[in-house]
Amino acid sequence: MAKTMPKVDVVLVGFGWTGAILAQQLCDAGLTVLALERASARTTPLNWATTFDQDELRYMWRHHLFQNVKYSTLTFRNNVSQKALPMRRLGSFLPGTGVGGAGIHWNGQIWRWLETDFKLKSHNEAHYGKQSTAGLTLQDMPLSYKELEPFYDMFDRICGTSGQAGNLKGAKQAGGNPFEGPRSAPYPTPPLPMTYGPKLFEQAAASMGLHPFPHPAGNLSQAYTNPLGMQLGKCTFCGFCEKFGCGNYSKASPQTTLIPYILTKPNFELRTEAEVLKIERTPDGRHATGVTYIDAAGAEYFQPAEIVALTAYQLHNVHLMLVSGIGQPYDPATGKGVVGKNYCYQTMSSVDVFFDDKLLNPFIGAGALASVIDDYNGDNFDHSGLGFIGGAYIAGMITVARPIEMVRVPDGVPKWGLEWKRAGTKYYLRNMAISVHGSSYSQAGNYLSLDPTYKDQFGRPMLRMTFDFPDNDLKMAKYCTDRAAEIAKNMGASHVRPKARQGPYDITHYQTTHNVGGTMMGASPADSVVNKYSQSWDVPNLFVTGAGLYPQNPGYNPTGTLAALAFLTADAIKTRYVKALGAPLVTA
Amino acid sequence: MAKGPGHKVNRRELLALSAAIGTAGAAEALSRHDGLLGGPSRRYTNTLPWEDGLTDAPDAADAGGWHYLNDGEVGFLTAAVDRLIPPDPTGPSASEAGVVVFLDRQLAGDYGNGAHFFLEGPWQEGTESQGYQSRFTPAQFYRHSITAIEQAVGRSEKGKAFKDVPADKQDALLKQMESGDLKLEGPITSKAFFTMFLQNVLEGYFSDPIYGGNKDGAAWKMIGFPGAHYDYSEWVTAYNKPVPGEPVGLRGRPAWERG
Repeated sequence: MAKTMPKVDVVLVGFGWTGAILAQQLCDAGLTVLALERASARTTPLNWATTFDQDELRYMWRHHLFQNVKYSTLTFRNNVSQKALPMRRLGSFLPGTGVGGAGIHWNGQIWRWLETDFKLKSHNEAHYGKQSTAGLTLQDMPLSYKELEPFYDMFDRICGTSGQAGNLKGAKQAGGNPFEGPRSAPYPTPPLPMTYGPKLFEQAAASMGLHPFPHPAGNLSQAYTNPLGMQLGKCTFCGFCEKFGCGNYSKASPQTTLIPYILTKPNFELRTEAEVLKIERTPDGRHATGVTYIDAAGAEYFQPAEIVALTAYQLHNVHLMLVSGIGQPYDPATGKGVVGKNYCYQTMSSVDVFFDDKLLNPFIGAGALASVIDDYNGDNFDHSGLGFIGGAYIAGMITVARPIEMVRVPDGVPKWGLEWKRAGTKYYLRNMAISVHGSSYSQAGNYLSLDPTYKDQFGRPMLRMTFDFPDNDLKMAKYCTDRAAEIAKNMGASHVRPKARQGPYDITHYQTTHNVGGTMMGASPADSVVNKYSQSWDVPNLFVTGAGLYPQNPGYNPTGTLAALAFLTADAIKTRYVKALGAPLVTA
Repeated sequence: MAKGPGHKVNRRELLALSAAIGTAGAAEALSRHDGLLGGPSRRYTNTLPWEDGLTDAPDAADAGGWHYLNDGEVGFLTAAVDRLIPPDPTGPSASEAGVVVFLDRQLAGDYGNGAHFFLEGPWQEGTESQGYQSRFTPAQFYRHSITAIEQAVGRSEKGKAFKDVPADKQDALLKQMESGDLKLEGPITSKAFFTMFLQNVLEGYFSDPIYGGNKDGAAWKMIGFPGAHYDYSEWVTAYNKPVPGEPVGLRGRPAWERG
């Protein structure tokens, strides 16, 4: 029998970026907020201090900060004709666990969507005809770039993002991204300086008439104090960002920007080793009464709350909706249902670039240290006759040169033996990869559901992922990777190896932790799980944050947009929802 | 490492201890990362989650003899890792750098025990894109695979063990494992083993020296990686110039100890 705990105004399921954003905003508005986090509390000095943080084996290959599949995994298949089998080892994506979530081990790449990304379906159909979206299940977002902009700006000020604006209130700015939507303010801190590899990329791209600009970075170019009084330090370019915590307080994370502030609030409580099993509802199913969670010793608790917010990783939010029976699960055979629909990923390609005469020192890096072009992203270029829609940013990026992973050799050299050893030694300081960070568009056969065979440690059905790359995205990857290879050749490289993403999607090799969709937002309950305020259509006191809200994934890293959407959600809750508890913020 | 009076109980020992003394002990146990279970649910309000003396620093590999591998496995691995990374003036061979010690300690520890693998059933063969589907922990996977490989080698090489066949023949056998052409008895393919093995060898050769491989940071020195370096600010825009100095690991560098 579950023990009933004292009721709170808001219970947050998971305490990473969006949980911390909601906690800060709602505590400041005077609500009592309880965050339930399935794993442990983690802090910079205890868990990733500079004295032991720079450890590729432990953090990256032994998954020290990541979700442990022993306790939490999913099943996977490429298509409905296959039997889904468990992901027995993390590979293609690396979700976090514990306080801070994946916000600890991310790279700090902070992007906004293009204005056209918010109306993707209608924009493409207007420009290229209905045929351009055939075979895809794209949807427009129920809000515009303009509506979200103040919240993008809020996240930039929380993080202290380093960058160069390209569009300030409609006025184009030299050196920034000429394709971006209007910003209401410049970046809080100036862009990072370029290391040699990104500089070569920048020069080559500019000489070709493209528009390189510094990648927006949550690795700070200078010391910064955010509006909550949290202090971040200047990045030292140690190169251990992605897959690592930052011991130097230089990378924006929930721990460096929000959590110490939140923990001073008397109306906030964090409960760790508390894993939510189910969202509980009234008998009519229309109102969430709270959540049931289990502690590390196996004891169950019922936590009543006026508002329930799912603030875990996208995969877990979808799973909790499905195991709680909220909303209609998507069925690809009929096209009916919305929960689990439009699961998308990110179509990652790259170009390896080797130099015989240039010393790049690629171990000098930061998670977002890159020169980027956005000329081939979204609809920033004419797609007439290309046979696909979407695109990618192309980045001359050196975040790090982890030697277990990144002793690269040119084509024709074996993967081991004396020849490998000599070529690896020759090129280690003389190579880099250009990243081709492509969009991932939804199609009917890609979705998330409950597995009929495999159960998790609590006896619930595991989440089942069915995914393969749509033809549209593979064509996009080929086209954009060819453009990246042209830039590589103009950098004075001796060997260029384009690696356009190819199918089938393979869950074993790291690509990116950008899993999106499944709890998408939309204009009506017929085509979405939540409204523009991330409020459930079915259960109005239930809110869902994160990249699950995306009906498809543009060619950008998801954190900037999901953080902005969380600020918008918090704003709607504190200014409107609390005045009419239980009422929908959008009339269906 | 000798466990003297100043020895700090590490996480693994603490968990073992709490399991041994039951639930009363479990209340004192700590789970400091990544969901290795064992911790109590904690409540934080008006406080930062700081606890003295609980820094999550890594455990170094122990010195001494073999912890997991048997003599036959040591013979196979020593021969095989030195074909993957042979000795030459560029830098040490894999075994010279301590990679076999590294593999032994990894297989004896959390990695070998499958602490981060989901190994529950039902088990069935999947597609390549679905990845590892074995019931075995990595330690069991190595034991099973090496036995099966030595059986296959014995059949084709007149009863010899892998370590006793000539180097060029060893290379040919490793290439057959890489492609999966070396047929093994049992459920594991030679390709699946080789994939895990090559990855683990690279881990041992290039990881921080505290884990038993990359002795004295020699593999880092070979390629020019400075190691656990804190601040490169002054070299960020020093284009095309070498960064001076010897590599440094989490416990410093040999010169610090000997100087």
